[in-house]
Amino acid sequence: MTETSGNNRSSILHDISRPIRVLVAKPGLDGHDRGAKVIARALRDAGMEVIYTGIRQTPEMIVEAAIQEDVDAVLMSILSGAHMAIFPKVMELLQQNNVDDVLVAAGGILPDEDIPAIKAMGIKGCFGPGTLMEEIIRFVRENVQAERLATEV
Amino acid sequence: MQNIVERLLSGDRRALARMVTLIEAEAPQARGYLAELHQHAGRAHIVGVTGSPGAGKSSLVTCLVRELRDRERKVGIIAVDPTSPFTGGAILGDRIRMMELAGDPNIFIRSMASRGNLGGLAASTRDVVRAMDAAGYDPVIVETVGTGQAEVEVMRTAQTVLVVVAPGMGDDIQAIKAGILEIADIFVVSKADKPGADQTVAELAMLLSLDSHRRQAAWRIPVLKTSAFKVQGISELVDAVQKHQVYLQESGSLAQRAQRQVQSEIQNLILQTVARALKDVVSEEEWRILVEDVTKRERDPYSAAAELAARVGLI
Repeated sequence: MTETSGNNRSSILHDISRPIRVLVAKPGLDGHDRGAKVIARALRDAGMEVIYTGIRQTPEMIVEAAIQEDVDAVLMSILSGAHMAIFPKVMELLQQNNVDDVLVAAGGILPDEDIPAIKAMGIKGCFGPGTLMEEIIRFVRENVQAERLATEV
Repeated sequence: MQNIVERLLSGDRRALARMVTLIEAEAPQARGYLAELHQHAGRAHIVGVTGSPGAGKSSLVTCLVRELRDRERKVGIIAVDPTSPFTGGAILGDRIRMMELAGDPNIFIRSMASRGNLGGLAASTRDVVRAMDAAGYDPVIVETVGTGQAEVEVMRTAQTVLVVVAPGMGDDIQAIKAGILEIADIFVVSKADKPGADQTVAELAMLLSLDSHRRQAAWRIPVLKTSAFKVQGISELVDAVQKHQVYLQESGSLAQRAQRQVQSEIQNLILQTVARALKDVVSEEEWRILVEDVTKRERDPYSAAAELAARVGLI
């Protein structure tokens, strides 16, 4: 490993360049957050700033955190089966608050038959057990909206 | 459509959130915005919370905010966590303990990664305080990264510094003798529901009594016990913070601190300008060659620095 002193962005000082900020959220009532923590750690190691919410978050808490932290992406991990109740609420709250430039993705136990409905909500990625970390990292890098870095809401 | 500064001033939370992003990224337009915000800031009491990792800073801040909300204050919180020196990434976990505060429109929490800054804060923390201050949050609480002995930068940003010490550190209390011990305006012994809290209070009180050159002659640094678990001692702590604020105002220390802070801020801005000018003048390839030459001892770092300084127009 080579040391980058954490401010590798200083080489392009005049352009806006900053680490991607990601909210890793655990909605619903299941307390199994090992997966969420593994993802958070992998994204950190990929050079991103990861805000982890902890378990048992309501859609309101997640959207509020996404707004205050001005994240580029929200990744929700859920294993309880409540995704079809919780995800629409999260997407609705984002919309209500005019947050339209944040990438939303989901992981956990998401049955195949639910995936089309989840994607139709505007949740761009669905990642089940066995997904390679590289795949998730690449997905985030390629799908965050680069132009939001320069826009002023 | 109003611009981002106007929207921030009128209480738009998304405008504040994006402003912080622009400040952190050192976006070209940020300095202009900050210059405007400076006119509207200066009302907030800025409270720093520091202490070693796991001392209970985030839990304490959560309790403080709850108490401040009971007193109908609008509270801004900046929580700093360390950036990995290897990947530039960070895990910002202070929100976990603060999530119960979510959903209250009079609370704004922002996590910041230190991004290579070593003093316990991020380089742009002071400017983020300014944005929250201008947006009407008062107090603004700044939680540092878990600190060791020398991360005293918070004293150059905050007006009242709380140093949090968990009981059971025993002889390790030596570790805070210099540096961190000196910057406390209030000591907080956290986790008072655990054994050993009284002993830690006694040790701190003893250390303070040995301090013959007190920085603030008329302010007796209190040592307070709190328990976030049992929610004890919090109201007393908020009272002490307010008392310190009154002391600062009445003794004239507030103005002195402000002057010192402004001086160090302007110095920092100049250094940043120099760093930018250097980047403009010297290409990465040139840097690489220069570094290699000095590493191989084909030339010395002093003449290299002098040459670059001349090129930026400093000498």
